[in-house]
Amino acid sequence: MKIKLEKRPQPSRRWLYLSPILAVIVTMLAGGALFAALGKNPVEAIATIFWEPVFGEFAFYYRPQLLVKGAPLILIAIGLSLGFRAGVWNIGAEGQYIIGALTGAGVALALYPMEAWFIFPLMIVAGAAGGLAWGMIPALLKVRFGTNEILVSLMLVYVAEQLLAAMALGPMRNPEGMGFPGSRNLQEYPSAHNAELIAGSGMHWGVVAALIAVIFAYVLLGRHILGYHIRLTGQAPRAARFAGVSPKALTLFCLGTSGALAGMAGMFEVAGPTGQVSIDFNVGYGFTAIIVAFLGRLHPFGILLAGLLMALTYIGGEIAQSNLGLPAAAIQMFQGMLLFFLLAVDVLTNYRLRLVPRSEAAA
Amino acid sequence: MTLKTLLTGAALAVGLAAAPALAQDDKTRVGFIYVGPIGDGGWTYEHDQGRLAIEEHFGDAVETVYQESVPEGADAERAITQMALNGADLIFTTSFGFMDPTISVARKFPDVKFEHATGYKTAPNVSTYSARFYEGRAIQGHIAGKMTESNVVGYIASYPIPEVIRGINAAFIHARKANPDVQFKIIWAYTWFDPAKEADAANALIEQGADVILQHTDSTAPQAAAEKAGGVVTFGQASDMAEYKPFPRVSSIIDNWKPYYIARTQAVIDGTWESQQIWHGIDEGMVEIGEITDAVPAEVRDEALALKDAIAAGEYHPFTGPLKKQDGSDWLAEGETADDATLLGMNFYVEGLDGEIPQ
Repeated sequence: MKIKLEKRPQPSRRWLYLSPILAVIVTMLAGGALFAALGKNPVEAIATIFWEPVFGEFAFYYRPQLLVKGAPLILIAIGLSLGFRAGVWNIGAEGQYIIGALTGAGVALALYPMEAWFIFPLMIVAGAAGGLAWGMIPALLKVRFGTNEILVSLMLVYVAEQLLAAMALGPMRNPEGMGFPGSRNLQEYPSAHNAELIAGSGMHWGVVAALIAVIFAYVLLGRHILGYHIRLTGQAPRAARFAGVSPKALTLFCLGTSGALAGMAGMFEVAGPTGQVSIDFNVGYGFTAIIVAFLGRLHPFGILLAGLLMALTYIGGEIAQSNLGLPAAAIQMFQGMLLFFLLAVDVLTNYRLRLVPRSEAAA
Repeated sequence: MTLKTLLTGAALAVGLAAAPALAQDDKTRVGFIYVGPIGDGGWTYEHDQGRLAIEEHFGDAVETVYQESVPEGADAERAITQMALNGADLIFTTSFGFMDPTISVARKFPDVKFEHATGYKTAPNVSTYSARFYEGRAIQGHIAGKMTESNVVGYIASYPIPEVIRGINAAFIHARKANPDVQFKIIWAYTWFDPAKEADAANALIEQGADVILQHTDSTAPQAAAEKAGGVVTFGQASDMAEYKPFPRVSSIIDNWKPYYIARTQAVIDGTWESQQIWHGIDEGMVEIGEITDAVPAEVRDEALALKDAIAAGEYHPFTGPLKKQDGSDWLAEGETADDATLLGMNFYVEGLDGEIPQ
């Protein structure tokens, strides 16, 4: 007998939903083996990562942290998923996230120490506009000159990082910071502070924005003609063109929207949990969001769950590091396995396994 | 969220600080937050050696925990909070970028003691501590000035913060004293630990003619690059980096945190811990000079050791006038020494250095 991969006539809907779950289970098994090889109790390690943050002794602190960590991932991934569905590959969300943080914080720092109700809304607009502008660079280059948006958007991440360092050391540096790099702490500037809406809940405006984005994307994809065009372009570009879809307009829309959402995520982060523009402000949300988008099947509600799951592995991973002495690299490997196994298991969506007798296989 | 859960949350938050101490047995728990991996062979490695020294010294009376490679920012705040929640009595946060998170968490856990390395913000339960690395830099600078044949010394800098600028100035002043023709070429790596970037920087400096490389980054990648290029002198940074002895690594600055960590842990056990700002140097043993190898001529070694002894004895200050700033304005008059406040906020080059501090 031999195992044969056979292409399905239609992608399996069942496996579309089952494969992320299977990937998580396989990741747990392989991760457990990794932890065991490191001399740790694998059951305890896995339980620490997945159980402790939600139901453990200090869950009252970790549960809100899941929202804090998950919100930027979800917000960015929602934007990316629109493009990914249409075959527009924005890999540079990290850069758009940085620029959004800079423009958003820039508004606050320029107006400091004025206190007014309109400062925070203005920061949101500025953050979105900054991300949008950064996303428009690869979009316009693609539309006008046919450049590859994957390369351009990715390279712009490194440009954005240099700009961030320059801002933290120069124009945005805290004049009362004794020469040290980093801006004023926006947490100490009430009009600009993206504070928790209910103390101790982890709910800040970024979480609200992420939830709105999920609903908005769901309606757009399911009910709106634009969502239909996005899906059609991804599945059958030629048919889309016959249906009157302008690929250029779609490229601009997808890169612009994902840029604006990433920029907003950066702004909410710099005004809230992080508090200041610093050289190391970005910690990879823009890249991790790519995993979240695919783990969530590019579906808005899937992304919501995937973002929370990813946040769980981060926070649980930190607990495992501190409580069980697991090395940081092992946790990163564990997260990497998740995408790896998801892509591997995804084969089952488009193919089915069949046991065939040797003779038939040879023929 | 209902009012009841809110109140429960508030009650828990209030009870936070007291509860962990009760939950633990009488063991003292000491936590460490590291910016790099413990295997970096430099900065974080030496802090972890300090942690291990605590374990060895106190045995079963103390338990230590650590978290490595913690990003500076929101993630750091969570990592520190988590340690406090899990009953740590004393937490060392060992990077400059952990300053605001440390202060913020300390406010929520008034009964937990915090020690932040290289920062300037304190609180009743937050101390700061740092080492006078510039004393070691002066000795390195002297050796560098004597050893260079191309008269070009390369310097891999991390971030343009006072600590790093101070190191560049201290090394340059003493390199110039040893060799009036010496020039410094400085590359800003914008990282504390990134072997690939550090190797790139080292190679770029070597291509520009540097035959001595000083580094303010934590990995051994520059040592490896120098070894490969051949004929290039390096110094161990933060840790001895002894595996590159006797050449290219001819000496090193070693951060020795062990005595300080043991003393502070003891203070917590005794209940005598108080907030303070510590800046120790060669004299107190926080800064050590690693073995000067035979690759350095005997007379240069003797001079370097004499300089070290003079600094340790307090007879000589590495920043002694006459010194001018880069723009030619006067800084220190003949015989005058720099005060700590100026050194802690140092944001200018001394006369003779080329280039600008990134702004």
